[in-house]
Amino acid sequence: MTSFHVNGKPVQVDVDPSTPLLWVLRDSLGMTGTKFGCGMALCGACTVHLDGKAIRSCVAPVSRVEGKRVTTIEGLSGNLTHPLQRAWIELDVPQCGYCQSGQIMSAAVLLAENPKPTDKDIDEAMGGNICRCGTYPRIRKAIHKAAEMANEGRAK
Amino acid sequence: MSAPTIVGRREFIRTGAAIGGGLLVSLYAPLPGGALAAEEKDFALNAFVRIGTDESVTVISAHSEMGQGIYTSLPMLLNEELQADWSKIRVEAAPVDKVYNHPVFGVQMTGGSTTSPAEWERYRKMGATARVMLVQAAAAKWGVEPASCKVEKGVVIHAATNKRATYGSLADAAAKLTPSANVPLKNPKDFTLVGKPTRRLDTPSKANGTAQFGLDVIIPGMLTAVVARPPVFGGKVAKLDASAAMKVPGVKAVEQVPSGVAVIAERFWPAKLGREKLVIEWDLGPNVGLSTEKMLHDFAETALKPGAIAKKTGDPEAALKTAAKTVTAEYDVPYLAHAMMEPLNCVVDLRADSCEIWTGTQFETVDRANAAQVAGLPPEKVQIHTTLLGGGFGRRANPASDFVVEAVHVAKAAKAPVKVVWTREDDLRGGWYRPMWHDRFVAGLDANGEPLVWTHTIVGQSIMQGTPFEAFGIKDGIDSASVEGAADLLYGMPNLQVDLHTPKIGVPVQWWRSVGHSHTGFSVEAFFDEVAHAGGKDPYELRRKLLANQPRMRAVLELAAQKANWGSKLPPGVGRGIATHFSFDSYVAQVVEASVDKNGAVRVHRVVCALDCGLVINPDTVRAQMEGGIIFGLTAALKTEITLKDGRVEQGNFHDYQMLRIFESPEIEVHIVPSGENPTGVGEPGVPPVAPALANAIFAATGKRVRRLPIRASDLA
Repeated sequence: MTSFHVNGKPVQVDVDPSTPLLWVLRDSLGMTGTKFGCGMALCGACTVHLDGKAIRSCVAPVSRVEGKRVTTIEGLSGNLTHPLQRAWIELDVPQCGYCQSGQIMSAAVLLAENPKPTDKDIDEAMGGNICRCGTYPRIRKAIHKAAEMANEGRAK
Repeated sequence: MSAPTIVGRREFIRTGAAIGGGLLVSLYAPLPGGALAAEEKDFALNAFVRIGTDESVTVISAHSEMGQGIYTSLPMLLNEELQADWSKIRVEAAPVDKVYNHPVFGVQMTGGSTTSPAEWERYRKMGATARVMLVQAAAAKWGVEPASCKVEKGVVIHAATNKRATYGSLADAAAKLTPSANVPLKNPKDFTLVGKPTRRLDTPSKANGTAQFGLDVIIPGMLTAVVARPPVFGGKVAKLDASAAMKVPGVKAVEQVPSGVAVIAERFWPAKLGREKLVIEWDLGPNVGLSTEKMLHDFAETALKPGAIAKKTGDPEAALKTAAKTVTAEYDVPYLAHAMMEPLNCVVDLRADSCEIWTGTQFETVDRANAAQVAGLPPEKVQIHTTLLGGGFGRRANPASDFVVEAVHVAKAAKAPVKVVWTREDDLRGGWYRPMWHDRFVAGLDANGEPLVWTHTIVGQSIMQGTPFEAFGIKDGIDSASVEGAADLLYGMPNLQVDLHTPKIGVPVQWWRSVGHSHTGFSVEAFFDEVAHAGGKDPYELRRKLLANQPRMRAVLELAAQKANWGSKLPPGVGRGIATHFSFDSYVAQVVEASVDKNGAVRVHRVVCALDCGLVINPDTVRAQMEGGIIFGLTAALKTEITLKDGRVEQGNFHDYQMLRIFESPEIEVHIVPSGENPTGVGEPGVPPVAPALANAIFAATGKRVRRLPIRASDLA
C-alpha cells in the first residue's frame, strides 16, 4: 500500500510499487488529465508537481511519492483561475491540446520559481515539453502574459 | 488491488462540460438512445443543432477535432445564421450516420484540409433553417406574420407588439415544424461572426485537464491491452510462450490476434510488463531484407528510366536539346511517422448484437465498416463515439482501420470491454508512414537564363492504392497524391514533363499532413532556387515573373517578400530563402531567415508566411494552423526520418525520432490576404513551403545545397 496526497486529498493505492505514478493517476485513480506520451521522460506530457517540483510521472515509480504531495493539472486551480490557465485561454494556445496539461504544469513551476522569466528562461524550463501541433510561439507568449497577470495580482 | 475509479458514461458527459465563463462545451459523444437529451429537454431542429429549454445550443460536428479548430469554426458557421447567444453554444461529436457524410467525399471523415471548404454552405444552411423554424414557432404562438419578427442573440422579437420569446422556450414547438427547403443565406458582407477572431470553445477544457481524448475513456468492466506486433512488416507469430507473461500480477489473458499477440490486463502497466515477458518466435516474412540504404540506391537508379507520364506540355525532349544550359539535381526525403502526441488507442465494447467503439478517429464510416466485418455484425449495429484527437495528421484516417480493427479482435478474444493502448515505440514502428520519395529534375535554360524546359521524375510508393479513394485518386497508373504539387506546377513553363515510378514495397504508407505536397513542395521549390541561380536570376523575381498568370499566388509571394523585406541586408552569416506552394486550393509563400554554425548546426531565426485561403472563418485559427504547420514542416526538415535495416524500423521514441522543441522554434509572422472567394484548405498548406524556404536560406548563407531531408549537420559542416 502506497499513501500520498493528490491535490490535497490523501490517497492510498495497492499496486506494484514500481508502477509509474502516471499510471496510478490514470488507471487507479481515474485522473486522466495527466497524459501519456512517451514513457521515457522525453516529451513532458505527464508532468506533475511533487512537493512543488516538476517531475515526469511516467518514469517516477509510485514508491517515490510515498508520504509526499502530488499536484496534477486537475489541482492547479479551482476553476481555471491560475494565471497560466487564463493566459492559455486568452491567447488560445492549445490546438489538439494533448500536451497542454504537461506544458502548463512545467510552466507553473517556472513561474513559481521565477516570476519574471526571460525568453531564455522559458526555453530552458520548457525544453522538455514537446508539442507536435507547434504551439510553441503561443506558449512563450502565454507564459509572459501569465507572468504579467500574476505580477499585477501581487501589486494589487 | 484498489478498485479503479470508474467514471460512468453519463459522468463523462458532465465532466466534459465543466467549463468556466458560462460556456458549456460538451466534448463527449452523445448517449445512445438520447437519454440525456430527453432529461435536459433538448430539441433537435435538424441533425446539426439542438436547442435546450435551458437555452443551450448544441452544434453537432460531423468532423473530428484534432487541433485544427473545427469545433469552433463549424459552430461559427451555423450560428452566423442561427443567431443564438454565442456564449450558449456547445459542440458535440456526431454519431456515425450517413447524414454526417462529408459533402464531397461521401463518407464520414476529416481530412484533406477540406472541412471548412466542404461545410461552408451546409452548416450555414442548417443554422438558417433552424432560425426560420424558431421564428415560425414564435409567430404562430403570437398570431403574427413570421416576416414581421426579427431575431437577436437567441431571442425572437415582434417589435410591433413588444413580444419576446427565447429560443429555449420555442424549441419544443419549433422542432415539430417542417423545415423549409430553401432558406436564403446572408451575403458574406453582412457577417457578424464569421471572419471575426473568435476564441476556441475547447480551450478551457484543454487548460484544466478535462478534455476527453480516446486514451482517457474508461467504461465499466474495461480491461487494458497492449499488443506485441511483428518486428518486420508482414511478419507472423511462429511460436508463442506466454507462461511468464501470465504470471505478471494483473495480467488476465494472452491472446493471438491477426496483428500479433495481445496481453490483456486489469490496467496498462501490468499489460506492458506482461508483454515484456512474452517469448515469441516470429516468422519474419518477405520484408526482412528491406533496407533504407538499398532503397535510396534503387530509387535513384529507377529515376534514370522514363516513368508513367503524369503531365506533358510542349516538347520537353527537343527543348532540352536546344537549351543553352541544363541543370540536374536529385532530392531525397525519408519515410516519416505522424507521431501524434496521443499514441493510438481504441476502446471496444463488443456484445452479441452490438459493438460500441470509443476512439479519436478521422475515418468513421470506414472504421465502422471494417469493425463490423470483424465483429460479424451489420455496420448499423456498430457505433463509434468520436473523442477529441490528440493529433491526427492523417494517421487516424487509416484505410485499413488498423488500430480499430485490431481492438475489435482483442475485444473478441478478451470477451470483455477492452482498451488497446499503443506505446510510443508501437506508434513509431507501426508503419503507415509518409512514403520515402526520390525526385530527379533536369531543367534547360535559354540564352537569357530563363527556364525553357522543366522535367521531373518522381519515385515513391502509392498512397491511394487500396484505399476508398483509389477510384478517383489513381488514373492511368498515376496516383494523384504522388505528383500533386509537381504536375500542377503554377509557374509558367513552355515545356514541362512530370513522370512517375511507383515501386511496390512492403512498408505500409499513408497520407501525412500535406500528403504528396510534403515532398513536391520541398523538391520543386528547392530546385527552382537552383534554376534561378544557374540563370543568374533573383529567386524571388524569377518566381514573380513565372507567376504572371497566377494572380493569387503572385500576390501572396509579393506580400511575403514585402513583409520579410526581401533584398534587405541581414546580419553576417544569416541567409534568406523563399518558397511558394499551392496545395488544398490555398496559396502560401514563406520566407525563412536561417544561419549555420561551424559545426553545421542550423538555426532558424524567423519565418514570414503569407497566404490566401479564400474567405477566412476564424482568423486566429488560420494563424495557428500556419504556425503549427511551419513547426511541423521544420521538424521534418531538420529532425525526423524513419529508416529500416534488415526489415526493422531503427527508431523507437523521441530520443531518436526528435521533434522540434521550443528553444528551436523561430519567430513566426503570418499575413492573410483578404479574400471573398470560397474558403480553401488551412490545416495542411502551411507545411510544404517551409523546408524549401529553409534549404534556400541555407544556400544563401553558406553556398551549400540541401538535397536530402532531414538536413544533416554533416552535410553543412
